[in-house]
Amino acid sequence: MKHQMVTLDGNEATAYVAHKLSEVIAIYPITPSSTMGEFADEWSALGRPNLWGTVPSVIEMQSEGGAAGAVHGALQTGSLTTTFTASQGLLLMIPNMFKIAGELTAAVFHVSARTLATHALSIFGDHSDVMATRSTGFAMLASSSVQEAQDMALVAHASTLEARVPFLHFFDGFRTSAEVNKVERLTDEEIRALVDDELVRQHRSRALSPDHPVLRGSAQNPDVFFQARENVNSYYAACPDIVQKVMDRLADVAGRQYHLFEYTGAPDAERIIVMMGSGAETAGETAKYLNERGDKVGVVNVHLYRPFSVKHFLESLPPTVKVIAVLDRTKEPGAAGEPLYQDIVTAVNEGLAEGSVPYAQFANRPYPRVIGGRYGLSSKEFTPTMVKCVFDEMLKADPKNHFTVGIVDDVTHTSLDYDPAFHIEMPETVRCVFWGLGSDGTVGANKNSIKIIGEETPNYAQGYFVYDSKKSGQVTISHLRFGPKPIRAPYQISQANFVACHQFSLLERYDILKYSMPGSVFLLNSIYSPEEVWDQLPVEVQKTIIEKKLRFYTINAYDVASQTGMGGRINTIMQTCFFAISGVLPREQAIEEIKHAIEKTYGKRGDAVVKQNFEAVDHAIAHMHEVKVPASVSGKITRREAVPAQAPQFVRDVLGPIIVGDGDSLPVSALPVDGTFPTGTAMWEKRNIALEIPVWEADLCIQCGKCSFVCPHAVIREKVYNPSYLEKAPVGWEAVEARWKEFPGMKYTLAVAPEDCTGCSLCVEVCPAKDKSQVGRKAINMAAQPPIRESERVKWDYFLTIPEPDRTQFSLKTVKNSQLLDPLFEFSGACAGCGETPYVKLLTQLFGDRIIVANATGCSSIYGGNLPTTPWTKNSEGRGPAWSNSLFEDNAEFGLGMRLTLDKQQEYARELLPQFAGQLGEQFVEATLNADQTNEAGIKEQRQRVHMLKEKLQAIDAPAARQLVSLADFLTRKSVWILGGDGWAYDIGYGGLDHVLATGRNVNILVLDTEVYSNTGGQASKSTPRAAVAKFAAQGKGLSKKDLGLIAMAYGYVYVAHIAMGASDQQTLNALMEADAFDGPSLIIAYSHCIAHGFDLKKGLEQQKLAVQSGAWPLYRYNPALAAEGKNPLLIDSKEPTIPISQYAYNETRYRMLLLSNEQRAEELMQLAQSDAKQRWALYEQMAKMHYDGSNGHENE
Amino acid sequence: MVDLSTSYLGLTLKNPLVASASPLSKKLETAQQLEAEGVSAIVMYSLFEEQIIQESVKLHNDLMRGTESFAEALTYLPDFGTYSIGPQTYLDMLRKIKRAVSIPVIGSLNGVSTGGWVDYARKIQDAGADALELNLYYLSTDPTLTSAELEDTYTTLVRDIRKRVQIPLAVKLSPFYTSLPNFARRLVESGADGLVLFNRFYQPDFDLEELEVIPNLVLSNSNELRLPLRWIAILYGRVQADYALTSGVHTAEDIVKAVMAGASVTMVASEFLQKGVGRASALLGDLTSWLEAHEYASINQMKGSMSQQAVAEPAAFERANYMMVLSSY
Repeated sequence: MKHQMVTLDGNEATAYVAHKLSEVIAIYPITPSSTMGEFADEWSALGRPNLWGTVPSVIEMQSEGGAAGAVHGALQTGSLTTTFTASQGLLLMIPNMFKIAGELTAAVFHVSARTLATHALSIFGDHSDVMATRSTGFAMLASSSVQEAQDMALVAHASTLEARVPFLHFFDGFRTSAEVNKVERLTDEEIRALVDDELVRQHRSRALSPDHPVLRGSAQNPDVFFQARENVNSYYAACPDIVQKVMDRLADVAGRQYHLFEYTGAPDAERIIVMMGSGAETAGETAKYLNERGDKVGVVNVHLYRPFSVKHFLESLPPTVKVIAVLDRTKEPGAAGEPLYQDIVTAVNEGLAEGSVPYAQFANRPYPRVIGGRYGLSSKEFTPTMVKCVFDEMLKADPKNHFTVGIVDDVTHTSLDYDPAFHIEMPETVRCVFWGLGSDGTVGANKNSIKIIGEETPNYAQGYFVYDSKKSGQVTISHLRFGPKPIRAPYQISQANFVACHQFSLLERYDILKYSMPGSVFLLNSIYSPEEVWDQLPVEVQKTIIEKKLRFYTINAYDVASQTGMGGRINTIMQTCFFAISGVLPREQAIEEIKHAIEKTYGKRGDAVVKQNFEAVDHAIAHMHEVKVPASVSGKITRREAVPAQAPQFVRDVLGPIIVGDGDSLPVSALPVDGTFPTGTAMWEKRNIALEIPVWEADLCIQCGKCSFVCPHAVIREKVYNPSYLEKAPVGWEAVEARWKEFPGMKYTLAVAPEDCTGCSLCVEVCPAKDKSQVGRKAINMAAQPPIRESERVKWDYFLTIPEPDRTQFSLKTVKNSQLLDPLFEFSGACAGCGETPYVKLLTQLFGDRIIVANATGCSSIYGGNLPTTPWTKNSEGRGPAWSNSLFEDNAEFGLGMRLTLDKQQEYARELLPQFAGQLGEQFVEATLNADQTNEAGIKEQRQRVHMLKEKLQAIDAPAARQLVSLADFLTRKSVWILGGDGWAYDIGYGGLDHVLATGRNVNILVLDTEVYSNTGGQASKSTPRAAVAKFAAQGKGLSKKDLGLIAMAYGYVYVAHIAMGASDQQTLNALMEADAFDGPSLIIAYSHCIAHGFDLKKGLEQQKLAVQSGAWPLYRYNPALAAEGKNPLLIDSKEPTIPISQYAYNETRYRMLLLSNEQRAEELMQLAQSDAKQRWALYEQMAKMHYDGSNGHENE
Repeated sequence: MVDLSTSYLGLTLKNPLVASASPLSKKLETAQQLEAEGVSAIVMYSLFEEQIIQESVKLHNDLMRGTESFAEALTYLPDFGTYSIGPQTYLDMLRKIKRAVSIPVIGSLNGVSTGGWVDYARKIQDAGADALELNLYYLSTDPTLTSAELEDTYTTLVRDIRKRVQIPLAVKLSPFYTSLPNFARRLVESGADGLVLFNRFYQPDFDLEELEVIPNLVLSNSNELRLPLRWIAILYGRVQADYALTSGVHTAEDIVKAVMAGASVTMVASEFLQKGVGRASALLGDLTSWLEAHEYASINQMKGSMSQQAVAEPAAFERANYMMVLSSY
């Protein structure tokens, strides 16, 4: 049978099989497995049936723990059930995995293996998660490629039914999960041939049913538990043969033969690498290459890791083996060795020691020596040269054991050296590297090119895409291979035939041409003509072009995009040029295929989009030119330093290389041992990503502070200062009289950080001051950045030298005043126009010098804590937020723990302090113990007292004095702020959040509510409103949003606020101030517009206003302190709704797309959403009118 | 019994009360109500090519925003298999209404490109429209574009559509032409069977507090009748076409005036939007009563009876009239 060849990634390949073979699928988003769940959800939503003709039921749960529980229940009642997960998600499933395995239940969990968070979170791939589950009793089946991901998924589903051992099928996250490759798709007939319906019926017959009731899940005592546990042994013993039988059957029907332990290499190999996952494919290809050149090496690719079959493993080894190197993609600190290594050591020794057949092959030889090493943690590249260096190490008389490969370990010297120049790329494979920005569509176009070549020609194609960790101005690097043979190279390209740079500005920042091989092609998108472009290149680039003899082409793709209405998306233009130069396809055919792909991809979005793209394709080639390369370097421009020279040493030496994509070169010693990093580092990054930045018009400005208030990146600042600062002000500096009664005679200046701005223009949108003669001109307006970058930079640098006004001299309770405070959260990598960060920034302005932040995993932890830099920073006194991220699910508890420490340590300090009343003076001790720290002045005075206390204690020679010195800082007021998104607060962390609220302890919780899981791509949460479309709610969410605030209000002793900065900045400020002041738990739910809502975020504040006006987001504050005064604690801060919900909602694609796809359902849901808002308003109104007698029953412990 | 029937665009209509292009035809139920209340034909809401283009590009941009940029979130919204972008929704509704009512249904179209106009006109014809109203809604702001150039474009367009479409064509005009009679004649020569006077542009308003230009929808009133009344009276008999008066028809008297000026039909929307579709039967009852009270036997009897060519003092419609009005104050 001729197979359908498709190009897809490992996640899709796996989900394809899982969906076909399941009845119930319980899911929860977690990178990099989310897309498997998304595919399953989408296919079920579209009515795609499984193998038996029924559409699988897909449900999103509140956490992976919840998903595993639901899976367990569905299995117990007889459904074919699956789930998808990774990393911490898999850990949350472990308790159920023990149960499912203990009950001998046929099930498959598909895992895109991902690093577990230790000293840091990492979204990338290794086996630390799956290795943590190896004691659960699940069978573990590994895939090494996209093709295998599909095939092993089937092997797992088929095997589990017969074996009754549940299967964990895994493959490398952020390699196999995301690599696009050309594979043979399994047909329904092939799948059917492997899955025995009788076994399905047997699975069902074991289910719980009141029609034939049994009890499962008993509690057992010491007398029988052990025996019962041992009674599963025969199932595990039988499992490997069952899996091999299924693999053999797959070979019969599909022609692809797999083994439990796949050996590749010389039949008489002496050196063998044993490993699993994608690295095994690299190792196998390298072994072939080396053997062709006379070596005798081989690779055992472990597919079935559990149950581990010693017999099958030893059978897979050639009898000639002398040394085995076991490579683990995980680390177990303190272990005798990593898990696979230990298994192989055990297998070899046990098998040989027992001497049973078939181990006779070693009868007359010494036992093979086994060494182990670690590689590829967190998707660290694992390349042929690394494989070779491991083989080379095995040649040594005394090879290193417990080695590492891929890094430079200059601390404990575990690492092996390798030759970066060695590669095994097939000469007939065309290798291309594309540099772009996320916003220019480069990755999308490349995925299209892969589909074109992979599915429309006999050639094979592979693509892998590298993204930086920013959410605005992101750099993307696409690695594409095309060739006549299957491409088994799961690592990035180092020797490219074709390099394209889609953004000219990247040349001044990165070594783009490091990928170019001599004589290759370089295509550059440039605004300069072919004659001008050379002189605009950094000299480093010129030098490389000359030295490598590159053929250099240029095109002004922006010009073509602008002419054809494509805006900033140059994807199809650059794609056309790529095909035109690379010769991968004949030009005419390529253009035809590109157009076909455009029609296929975008056709459903309307003819206009298709037409626009067609025009771009048609105009592209005419604008492309080959540049005549001069014989010598002639430029004056040099590549920018990663960070300015005045940056701190750690920033220069460690963060700098990471910033320019050279973090791989850092040795072990460069990194902190415990994941601790300095704050205040984003300021050195200077990303220069805005094409336009705001410019202040001093004559129009009314000094309201709104622009600064809403700026998501803290690039707009204001200062009130002594006129003496004008003396040294740089050219172009503007100042006006400060309009503050507290600051007579002072000057006012508003400044913009030109190199840190993302160009979102929220500031311009919010500015209320308009020129009376020309209303289009505001007090702040956008202007092109490049011409003013330098002059604005000079002004910005001077601005930073002017001190913040004394916080004790003015009230912080107005929006205007709040913006005189330095933000301690600046220049984050959040999306341009982010709706979350303005709240975070305001928080730091008000309390930043005395807060500890517990940050749930999600957008805020990524823009807050993803290397290379952090936006959290310090004030001029060195104080600032201390920040940490524990996990996704535990953040409220994590923050509570911080509070417990603050309270306990303060209590201890207060206990110690009176002991020194004699030395310190009664009055001093009393003043310190009873300090009023409810305002800035009081806090300042207490800090002075504590400073004095520590000085005085130095002179006292007593153990208690030493103790008190280390505790003294706890005597100043500190706040705990617990931050996270709605996925955390409403779903996965809700239980903890509820408990923390219930404790009554003084913590402040800020929920940045985007109404979806933003960080993982917009999956529905319980905060998602009715009628909105989200992933996992593709038909529009049918039920109303959970009212988290109402639930919290029910306690009566929790401060609750529902805020939306765009609707009322003053109410936002009031809420934050009141929450911090409230001596008990506070919950603030902040409306945060988000890129996942599908509209231009510069209109974010306007949308917030409409959300409030429509009743979709009422503003209120519930302050239990009022109840204590006999007042109603609930203050509704917004007016009764004046516009329909639809007027707000249909500005956003998340709502409008349902209208465009299913108008009737959209209208029905919108009516219900309207009714939700009405009922909610009525309820709040009644609550706000209730009479209170002054008792709230709250006793703060 | 008076005869209310009339003929418009070759269609025989039971009375001169037609529902004009408005949101009323966006729902099947409303269209059915209009028929039940006695209107003689329905003009569908306008299919705007520009809106289709904008919706398509906007949806695309919104779905693409932020995609393929961040490793954890390669997309932010699910992408559906199909979207109702393009004329399909309109054509489906036209078909549905056509199936559900027995009165004529007239399509209405506003294009931006020649290709778009012609393509969509054919699609509307193929969907079963009894006639097509071309909604020439274009506001020129370019000082270099001459009136002659604009009029040439329109007449060419009407000619192109006429060649490709067999159903009757009406052209809905704005009042802003230097020489309306000449342009009207050219349109008819190009193939228009009828002229609809006049299109109402929604005029933007200013928000003085926010200093912003804001859209402002103001429904018509009877005072607005005067402008189309005058021009139909002038054109009737001079340019051989069927006339429809739209804008400001709120009472039976308004209908009578329109017909007397020369209109074959009157088109009503604001009155229905304000007071409900039920007003149609009331208007028709009033119309019958007026005709009976004034002893008219039929609509045709009064048609054009007060057009400029029919009145004793034609100059009353011309500039002198304006001077007289001023001098009367």
